[in-house]
Amino acid sequence: MIRLVNIRKVFNAGRHNEFTAIEDVSLTIEQGRVTVFNGPSGSGKTTLLSIIGCMARPTAGRIWLEDREITSLPERFLTSIRRGTYGFIFQHFNLVRGISALENAMLPAFPTGQSRKSLVQKAGRLFSIFGIADRAESRVEWLSGGEQQRVAIARALINDPAIIIADEPTAHLDTKLSEEFIGIFKLLRDDGKTVIISSHDPVVCDSPIVDRVISIRDGRLQ
Amino acid sequence: MEWIEKQRNVLDFTLSSILRRKGKNIALFTVYTAMVFLLASVMFFTHAIKKEAALVLREAPEIVVQRMQAGRHALMPLAYLEKIRAIRGVSRVEGRLWGYYYDPVVGANYTLLTGRKSLPPGSMVIGNGISRARGVYEGDLMSFRTYSGENAGFKVTEILSAESELVSADLMLVNEEDLRHLFGLPREFVTDLAVTVRNPRELNTIAAKIADLLPDARPIIRDEILRTYEAAFDWRGGIMVVLLAGAVLAFVIFAWDKGSGLSAGERREIGILKAIGWETSDILLMKFWEGAVISLTAFLLGTILAYLHVFFASSILFGPALKGWSVLYPSFKLMPAVDLYQVATLFFLTVVPYIAASILPSWQAATVDPDSIMRT
Amino acid sequence: MGLRKSDGFLVFLAACLVLFAVIFLHASLNNHESDADTVARIHLVRDLGLTDLCLFTEARYTRHPAMADMNTAFQDHPVALEHFPSGALLPPPEHLRHYGMD
Repeated sequence: MIRLVNIRKVFNAGRHNEFTAIEDVSLTIEQGRVTVFNGPSGSGKTTLLSIIGCMARPTAGRIWLEDREITSLPERFLTSIRRGTYGFIFQHFNLVRGISALENAMLPAFPTGQSRKSLVQKAGRLFSIFGIADRAESRVEWLSGGEQQRVAIARALINDPAIIIADEPTAHLDTKLSEEFIGIFKLLRDDGKTVIISSHDPVVCDSPIVDRVISIRDGRLQ
Repeated sequence: MEWIEKQRNVLDFTLSSILRRKGKNIALFTVYTAMVFLLASVMFFTHAIKKEAALVLREAPEIVVQRMQAGRHALMPLAYLEKIRAIRGVSRVEGRLWGYYYDPVVGANYTLLTGRKSLPPGSMVIGNGISRARGVYEGDLMSFRTYSGENAGFKVTEILSAESELVSADLMLVNEEDLRHLFGLPREFVTDLAVTVRNPRELNTIAAKIADLLPDARPIIRDEILRTYEAAFDWRGGIMVVLLAGAVLAFVIFAWDKGSGLSAGERREIGILKAIGWETSDILLMKFWEGAVISLTAFLLGTILAYLHVFFASSILFGPALKGWSVLYPSFKLMPAVDLYQVATLFFLTVVPYIAASILPSWQAATVDPDSIMRT
Repeated sequence: MGLRKSDGFLVFLAACLVLFAVIFLHASLNNHESDADTVARIHLVRDLGLTDLCLFTEARYTRHPAMADMNTAFQDHPVALEHFPSGALLPPPEHLRHYGMD
């Protein structure tokens, strides 16, 4: 369970291009549910996701993960929490070019000291579930958009996180692939994972799998 | 165990990063290896030759006495020999007869000398270098011009061993009469004197006595001879400074290249790694391995190749520099010798700065916020 | 899966280190004093009363640097640029530079 209280995020504070991305956001995200942040681009969805996912610190306000306050934890602790608890799927995938899909999927776990063999097994299993086992050794530049999306999902799952965060996951997918994508999220939800998505795609927002939709506009909740 | 697995994992990714920028990394690696090769070759060569000089010249004359006149070497009157013989502590004094002969046929200088053994008149023993330069072998005749312009012919009866070329390549041995005839040296003079003393610890005292007794004489003791070669190929000497400066420049260029910041692609990659859960320390570990892979390999390879170059290929690449303007150059093999201290110094001067240059400039990029990749 | 990249590198590194160690062993096992070439040179130095290595045969003072007189080495000017390339490799003997000071 994630709790946010009076979160505020300001970029470039004190400079001429000072910009408040999020203003006074308070909410609770329930465990094991699929929550969607709905709003147009520029509404602050991405910033909110990065704060929830321990990738950025709020300018003001407090955050709790379960019973632990993580607002001002040092980077080291924050990183290890993030690595073990969250799996992030980026809007632009952000896969590392020039290496294989399998290598990309295993990358987040490299610094944890798990043996390569166990990582290959884990990633291999995930690839099989998502139907891209035959593309494992291919370089990511050679994969289609949908295949890259699945590699990105597998990467997010390599450390077996409890919470999955996806930023505009269907932005580069057509309807068919979008629906397949939602099917994958159903699997994750059924597995007991908490799913948080930001999207302004009706296919996502109106999907029956979604438990809760939170609207956000101009950095504020509606 | 986990720590080892972590190193192997990070090393895997580092190696794939290096291979992805093949062109640039191959160029860096090649220059680095060449630099180490050059420095290590010089190191091995100079160390080995100094060691050889120290060993071989241990048997040089204890004191050599020269006479100076008008600031130049002058012939030594035999009367001086008697005077020195009378000094207490001197066990033997011998006149040395030697000089230089310029051979216009090949444009080379030979060192002519009378050895201790007496040779039959008209015969000559030559060094292997002369044999090579003139194509002259045992039984052949060589012709020389005396000081008065006459021709003098000599028959080559022996050629000195090839193994001894380092000290004998340009030597020509003749008997005393022939040498005096060739150079026009009067009977009362010799070139210089070789003095042997009874007690080696008295060398300095006796040398001082000789200088006192004969003001125009200059004694040179064996120690000074040995120290002359200890200073050979000194890092403070001309060419060495140029070499060192070149090496330093090459490494400065490396460091500048690395320090001038990471490319946009590299920054993006670090951003992704931070976003998916790599800590700053993990990124720096990767940079460490990046530097270590290239510098360790280049160092080891460069040093190994340098060893082979100097001790198995007779330093062929240094040939032109060593030969200088000499026409006659000795051909010699050096005994393999390695100074661990020098190798360690080379390691610390090359590997450590390179690794530092790989890590430090990346510090700023490595501390980037994890969400930076989403904001671009 | 094939050889893992890091394993490949570590094996290569280990091989280089082994070669490196072999070099040190090779150099230290060779007994300098009983080397045939060195012995031949020592005999000649002793028999003929030689004082220098025959390295640079361009001029008298490069051929016998230990025997060189002060004026020849510093012929034109004490800090004159060396005539011969070998002058850059072999500096004037120390005992010349301290001549008359002891």
